[in-house]
Amino acid sequence: MISIQSLTFEYNNHSPLFQNFNWNITRGETWAILGPSGCGKTTLLYLLAGLKFPTAGEVTINGERILRPRPHSGLILQDYGLLPWSTVRENVALGLNVRKFYGDDGKHTPDGFTPKDNAEGWIQRLGLSEVTDKFPAQLSGGQRQRTAIARTLALEPDLLLMDEPFSSLDAITREDLQNLTLSLCEEQNITLVIVTHAIEEAAVLGKKILLLDTAPNSTARIFENPKAGSRNSAEFHTMCETLWGEMQKRNAP
Amino acid sequence: MKRHDVLFAAAAIFAFWQVTAMIVSMPILPTPLTVLVALFKELKNGLFMHFAVSLWRVTAGMLLSVLVAAPAGLAIGGSKRLNRIFSPIIYLLYPIPKVVFVPVVILFLGIGDTSKIIIMFLILFFQIVVLVRDQASGIAPQLLQSLQSLGAGRRALFRFVYLPASLPAILTALRQSIGTAVAVLYITELSATKYGLGYYIYYRGSTLLDYPSMYAGVIAMSLLGLGMYFSVDWLERKWCKWKFVN
Repeated sequence: MISIQSLTFEYNNHSPLFQNFNWNITRGETWAILGPSGCGKTTLLYLLAGLKFPTAGEVTINGERILRPRPHSGLILQDYGLLPWSTVRENVALGLNVRKFYGDDGKHTPDGFTPKDNAEGWIQRLGLSEVTDKFPAQLSGGQRQRTAIARTLALEPDLLLMDEPFSSLDAITREDLQNLTLSLCEEQNITLVIVTHAIEEAAVLGKKILLLDTAPNSTARIFENPKAGSRNSAEFHTMCETLWGEMQKRNAP
Repeated sequence: MKRHDVLFAAAAIFAFWQVTAMIVSMPILPTPLTVLVALFKELKNGLFMHFAVSLWRVTAGMLLSVLVAAPAGLAIGGSKRLNRIFSPIIYLLYPIPKVVFVPVVILFLGIGDTSKIIIMFLILFFQIVVLVRDQASGIAPQLLQSLQSLGAGRRALFRFVYLPASLPAILTALRQSIGTAVAVLYITELSATKYGLGYYIYYRGSTLLDYPSMYAGVIAMSLLGLGMYFSVDWLERKWCKWKFVN
């Protein structure tokens, strides 16, 4: 589904974060991208989202080169990206309203798009019925993140990109939303790529884990984690220890 | 601000006026009651017409300013290139006191309503354009990226982000400018017109020496400014509800 070929990326006047980097993702997989601060995790996600572009090489999704945000991809950021002046209902319907604004142009909206008002269904599904008329400032962190998830899923994406979405939540809410994300991705057959700096989160969410090093990254170091989703299994603890050991090794002076 | 606090403040101001008028005890400072009686009497004798003319001029000036300055501020704040081109020009022109252009504008546009409206426009335009530009350029990039990921291009970003994000700045600029706009209106109505509250106040006070009527005009002009101020407050509560939630 996603193919990154010979990717090189650098910010102006900085050394490259990626150099001749290759990585492939198959449809329906759940990936966690893990690595130390400044290694390029978020940049890689933005490259997949079409918000940044390679200095060299290419990113393709379903064979199409990514030159702008793709209508079938959903992105959820760390601070949720909710409009402070819109209610929960308006925020959930935002993506749909943006598509209605452009109509079926094949560029901002998918080809053959017909407006489907399914925002209310997602509001109920995500347990937001009680707060539909509230503004983001009136919501808890968990409710805000649920709103962001509902807004993205209302557009029926085939790829969900998340940038440290649960980092500012308390442990119980975080676990709850991690489980919800996994079950929704499985149910809707959505490919998930989540960026995190938390080893435990990567081990819970990623059936495959991409471990990035200090820049520049040239090789995709991939860890298979078929038991993702379980927090109490021996495999979970082993995976956490393996990842911790790898990160320690790389960061050692 | 609570409504009863505003009423209490109004009562205190009238009480101060009453006491001062009693102490001064001269025709040039009548008591509030005398002025209120004159106000109701004068409303039937043309004051209402002068009020309506001034209201039209100040409303037209404000509307024209918003309609031109808000899109300009949004465009400049939303584009790094436009910001680089226009910000130095705004930087140079903003601090110039626009009131000094009154004679120049009258020379170019004559003595009719147009020149009065354009002078108010000159003052309000810069206040609004600067506040809206700063608001638009200060929008968090994450918010824009989040919208872009939902398919929003430039037009949708303006419709769904820049415009609603800048609405409070537009209203704040209007609120800050109302006092100046009404003061400038007064100055422009002092000469070359027979209509408007500025003319009414000056004529009643300086020519007819009818001080209660003059103060009635001052009250009417104050009500004009207050009414516009309250209207902007009302619009803000209606359009920017999110700012008033806990």
